[in-house]
Amino acid sequence: MTDTPKFTPSRRQFLAGAAVATGAAATGKLVHAQAAGPDPAITELQPWQQYLGAGVDAAPYGVPSPFESHVVRRNVEWLTADTVSSVNFTPLHEMEGIITPNGLCFERHHGGVAEIDPGQHRLMINGLVDNPLVFTMEDLMRFPRENRTYFLECAANSGMEWRGAQLNGVQFTHGMIHNVVYTGIPLRLLLEEAGVRTNGTWILPEGADASAMTRSIPMEKALDDCLVATHMNGERLRPEQGYPVRLVVPGWEGNMWVKWLRRIEVGDQPWHHREETSKYTDLLEHGEARRFTWEMDAKSVITNPSPQAPITHGPGPTVITGVAWSGRGTIPRVDVTLDGGMNWHRARMSGPSFDKSMHRFYYEFNWDGRPLLLQSRAHDSTGYVQPTKDQLREVRGENSIYHNNGIQTWAINERGEAENVEVG
Amino acid sequence: MSKSVKLMKTLTLSTALVAATATFALAQENPAPSQDGGYGLGRTALPEEIAAWDIDIRPDGQGLPVGSGDVWTGEELWIDNCSVCHGDFGEAVGRWPVLAGGFGTLDGEDPVKTVGSYWPYLSTVWDYIHRAMPYGAAQSLEDDEVYALVAYLMYLNNMVEDDFELSNENFLEVAMPNEDAFFMDDRAETEYTLFTGEPCMENCADSIEITSRAMVLNVTPEAEEEAAAEPGAGAEVMPAAEETVVEAAAEPEAPAGPDPELVAAGEGLFRQCASCHQIGEGAVSRVGPMLNNTYGAPVGSHEGFRYSPAFTEANASGMVWDDANLTAYLLDPRGFIPGNRMAFRGVRSEEDAAALIAYIRAEGGDHE
Repeated sequence: MTDTPKFTPSRRQFLAGAAVATGAAATGKLVHAQAAGPDPAITELQPWQQYLGAGVDAAPYGVPSPFESHVVRRNVEWLTADTVSSVNFTPLHEMEGIITPNGLCFERHHGGVAEIDPGQHRLMINGLVDNPLVFTMEDLMRFPRENRTYFLECAANSGMEWRGAQLNGVQFTHGMIHNVVYTGIPLRLLLEEAGVRTNGTWILPEGADASAMTRSIPMEKALDDCLVATHMNGERLRPEQGYPVRLVVPGWEGNMWVKWLRRIEVGDQPWHHREETSKYTDLLEHGEARRFTWEMDAKSVITNPSPQAPITHGPGPTVITGVAWSGRGTIPRVDVTLDGGMNWHRARMSGPSFDKSMHRFYYEFNWDGRPLLLQSRAHDSTGYVQPTKDQLREVRGENSIYHNNGIQTWAINERGEAENVEVG
Repeated sequence: MSKSVKLMKTLTLSTALVAATATFALAQENPAPSQDGGYGLGRTALPEEIAAWDIDIRPDGQGLPVGSGDVWTGEELWIDNCSVCHGDFGEAVGRWPVLAGGFGTLDGEDPVKTVGSYWPYLSTVWDYIHRAMPYGAAQSLEDDEVYALVAYLMYLNNMVEDDFELSNENFLEVAMPNEDAFFMDDRAETEYTLFTGEPCMENCADSIEITSRAMVLNVTPEAEEEAAAEPGAGAEVMPAAEETVVEAAAEPEAPAGPDPELVAAGEGLFRQCASCHQIGEGAVSRVGPMLNNTYGAPVGSHEGFRYSPAFTEANASGMVWDDANLTAYLLDPRGFIPGNRMAFRGVRSEEDAAALIAYIRAEGGDHE
């Protein structure tokens, strides 16, 4: 496929256009479609033009238009034994920009959503500290705080795809991710307040929910960029995201971002708890397993078109868009292919580029109506290039469940319908 | 306007632009300040408070309380508290975790990762059971009970004989079979070098074929009702408010239902039940039987559900789920039908039982 300049008609497009457009003159100029008759959306008076709408007291907390009611998180029932220890998925194919609205941020919890009265919530720091402390929410809000934008990706995102294309929708293959502006206190300040002893080299954050989630985190990371967050996208954390307080562990797997944070213990070695032994370890082909695979590798995916968001407009100007992220930095570049990886084009990055945050890319082209094999390939600021799924399998086999950041392929047919496939 | 003024303006503008850009770039890196000696916020945690929350156990035994429990005690506790999800022998029900067996499968096509085949440390088992199990009744087990359950899991995984007793004394002598099969993340050495460098951009393959398709498997959830999404369907969507009005107006003619407040209270309480029981349209039996068509029906009468011998016996005796029986059962499940498998300690009061029954009936729990 030739890399023609965007939105200027190539000879082929022009001919195709001429075949369908009536009255096309051979002038080489773009030909716009002609309506068969006047559009009633214009010529007829619409109810909203005539009758008064709702007043300012109708929706004290606003919700999206009813026409967007299909834009929701969804779960895959057969994945887990029960919805209280399960996951749902962010509808990436319905989103633009880089920020995930709070109500669409995917959920993963292990004992349901804890409903916590903030007046009864306490955060304790104990262990290898000079002064074990207890903070109320009021205490926490008196510490200096910061605003930072980070993606949170579950280590199991795309985990169902190790053995081949399985789920037919970007929401299900890549929807265990969200990207949020957090307001939080640097964990460093809270640890300084308690006074970490020189042998304090690990922390154990713990949740107040019925699963009492725990993970071991090295002190270096805790003092570097972790936040104890109270707000997301400008409002208090949602209950399902850890209200009233959660840990933010930038660039590292989502399971470590302990929600409903009630305690941080300082210790001199890791605890090897359930979520870092039985789960969240990566079993390789030879039967041995990697542990402490904290960082999320660079990854990208085309969100539109995708199986849940086919091309409905036929040949002509077409926008491909998607998202990319890396747990080790920013995403300066994404490549897009239309032919399954034979030839690649540089996508156009758009929007803020923050460290360990989601990035948005676009690739605009004139679709000639022939089948496509779409892929995107992220490059992060360390020089890492997103691998193919086969490259990953070569190193890891098919049973590691976690950290599948391989390149995703969507097959687009002549009708613009998309399917999750793999190519080789 | 003179040239110099124009130039000045341009300069000012570009300086401002640079300044604005710099501020933007710095915005994420302007750290909240530390203060020498801290901010003096919060208060010292009391020893009793630390003791109440500091429940974590480490592989070196740190945190492990004094106590003991044997395999036989563990088996009894297991049948009552764990088997409903994990199966009588750790083989698991449905998609709940398999906890026993799986030896020799880790390098095969379908690895079975159990306590015996995979978990590297016994302390993890103790810690997790104690902090999060039984599911829906976390931290309800005594220390000795946790020891007994861990001992039983060791027995199920052929690590000990049936006369074994586990205690804080012999805990550290146990080595898990798979402990040495874990190693530190080595992606930096084994992968990052492979996945770095300028990739091919043109004519990167001889041919490209589709090798795998999601449509073949067909396991993706069906799309929701898409009426709202379809262009032109707006007319059906907009009058939603009117429909609500019509329904509300029709309500007084309907037969008097249960007390809505009681039902609402019951709905809240039902969350304790919902991890095992479903009710309402589309409800199916899972860990526990579904609860449609239950109130007024014989005890243990949902077809296809594997009831305990205790329930089968109650069914044979002609017991029916009337108000009195259901209340007594909800208040004290194990006392009222001894030997049954429901891992629930019971509601706190008769009021709670009444609310739950109201909710169950409102959701379709009445016997048809």
